[in-house]
Amino acid sequence: MVLTPILTAHWDEADSYKLEGYKRHHGYVALAKALKSDPDSLIATVKDSGLRGRGGAGFPTGMKWSFVPQNDGKPHYLVVNADESEPGACKDIPLMLANPHALIEGVAITSYAIRANHAFIYIRGEVPHVIRRVRNAVKEAYAAGLLGQNIQGSGFNLDVVVHAGAGAYICGEETALLDSLEGRRGQPRLKPPFPAVAGLYASPTVINNVETIANIPYIIRNGADWLKQWGTEKSPGFKLFAVSGHVKRPGIYEAALGTTMRELLEHAGGIRDGHKLKFWVPGGSSVPMLTEEHLDLPLTYEDMAAAGTMLGTGTPMVFDETTSVVKAVSRWLSFYKHESCGKCTPCREGTYWISGLLKRLEKGEGQETDLAKIDELCKQIMGRSFCALGDAASTPFPGAMKHFRTEFEAGVRTAADISFDPTATTVFTKANV
Amino acid sequence: MTFPESTWNEAKELASRYPNSRSALLPMLHLVQSVEGLVSADGIALCADVLELSTAEVAAVATFYTMYKRHNTGNHHVGVCTNTMCGLLGGDAIWNAISSDLNTGHDETSEDGNFTLEKIECQAACTHAPVVTLDWEFFDDATVDGVRKAIADLREGKEVKSTRGPVIKGLQASERQLAGFDDNEFDAPAIDAKMLAGLNRAKEVGQTLPSSEV
Repeated sequence: MVLTPILTAHWDEADSYKLEGYKRHHGYVALAKALKSDPDSLIATVKDSGLRGRGGAGFPTGMKWSFVPQNDGKPHYLVVNADESEPGACKDIPLMLANPHALIEGVAITSYAIRANHAFIYIRGEVPHVIRRVRNAVKEAYAAGLLGQNIQGSGFNLDVVVHAGAGAYICGEETALLDSLEGRRGQPRLKPPFPAVAGLYASPTVINNVETIANIPYIIRNGADWLKQWGTEKSPGFKLFAVSGHVKRPGIYEAALGTTMRELLEHAGGIRDGHKLKFWVPGGSSVPMLTEEHLDLPLTYEDMAAAGTMLGTGTPMVFDETTSVVKAVSRWLSFYKHESCGKCTPCREGTYWISGLLKRLEKGEGQETDLAKIDELCKQIMGRSFCALGDAASTPFPGAMKHFRTEFEAGVRTAADISFDPTATTVFTKANV
Repeated sequence: MTFPESTWNEAKELASRYPNSRSALLPMLHLVQSVEGLVSADGIALCADVLELSTAEVAAVATFYTMYKRHNTGNHHVGVCTNTMCGLLGGDAIWNAISSDLNTGHDETSEDGNFTLEKIECQAACTHAPVVTLDWEFFDDATVDGVRKAIADLREGKEVKSTRGPVIKGLQASERQLAGFDDNEFDAPAIDAKMLAGLNRAKEVGQTLPSSEV
């Protein structure tokens, strides 16, 4: 499998984020093509391409679009989920910085396909530098007649609003995002009804991830078969893999789906000198960790599922032997505790208790019964909350126990900082603290 | 405080940007915070008035989101990511040093009123760990010394730039941006070597695509 600079192809050009820079490389050619096509044929093309959502769940994009009822007399909405907040995930932020017009062209094509005249890009609040970038790109597109009224003489109207969140991981969950966008607390809704039927303002709504939407112009221009030249039957296409942690060259690597972690690691220069891989997490903290033995598995939705984990956001976090697994998992659980919206009791209370027990183990002050207790708590949360945050919070611990049980057992006596020197885990050198 | 007329007008403008005016509540809370440095009872009342909601409805929203502060903040907000990746790669050490320097704990403001310090969650920049934010502008690959210098420079009124480009102008200026009133500094952020890692590698090993396709 190969590196495939597509979304990233021109990021090294100084004006990659401007309309002019984007247009130099077929920018908005796909939109012109789309506006001359029947909207249903666009949905069919995306369905045929096999594109799956890049936000974590991997739901087939074209199918999601086709769930929107047509001729129902209601306004339709497109909402882009740009609330990237999952620990480990860091691919939408650079994409919006470097190539915002791919997103905006994708928004225009998708809105036309699902018959929406209003689209929202919901960006997490903590990134004003990205929000400026996307807002400016939207302005440029309006000024060039690529958004707004009667786009390129097609009779199609589209307004795009760039909306800033205010610090809540839960708003990355699609129904919580809708509540947040409606000016409420970001808490998930019971499904069904699904957003395609009753989403924003109780109207049919498609919610897609940034990277998913940015794929659309390339698929519409090059065709469904073009996408299928990469990946597998069930996971066609390419992906922005963000490799972070103890590697020599952490960063964004765009590659074909089905690339292995061993190949990605090689591109990223391997584990830092003098160290070896301990564990890696393929797609954000919400998916179970893997180890050396899984390096040759293809990074696809189906192969990761078969290995008992998920491709998730496709943003592998890599940790070497200096890392305390107990500390790593404990931090993730503190995160879920902080971000649980509080709506469902199992998640709200469960994350509180698990994170407390893990902190105790991290300090070497655990009790013999703690491991069984945490395991039981995870089982009590899993599947018992409205949304996937509870499920996500229940995965890191069992996933880590599978490979590193003795480390958790040691937490009854020995603090993580004693077993693992925290200064060795940092990327600081003596000269550069 | 009594908000100036301009704030009322801007709040009304925000409400007009959405098909349903209540959708403007989050931006509007950013707006009142940009004026006051916090979301006060008066700020809540303004939002409630403009959107024809009860103050209880607005307060329920304001207290849900981490970025809205219910107590006074300093001129600058310092966020240190202590989630797993950043914390372990150096964020913990940065937190310990800065918290001790400023004699300030989580969600507290230094005695001189300059800096509000916060342990923050994942900022979607794990490739650049450890990450620190000043007024929500990023400091990638942060070091203890680097953050100390930025804080010292801000205290002396010197210009400090985010490693991604934008100038640090204070929490209230960032909040205004988030509210939806642009400062037009969209050119500042640069695409760095880590964002280009895959592209550069692809060029090095000859795995680029034909220009007719991308």
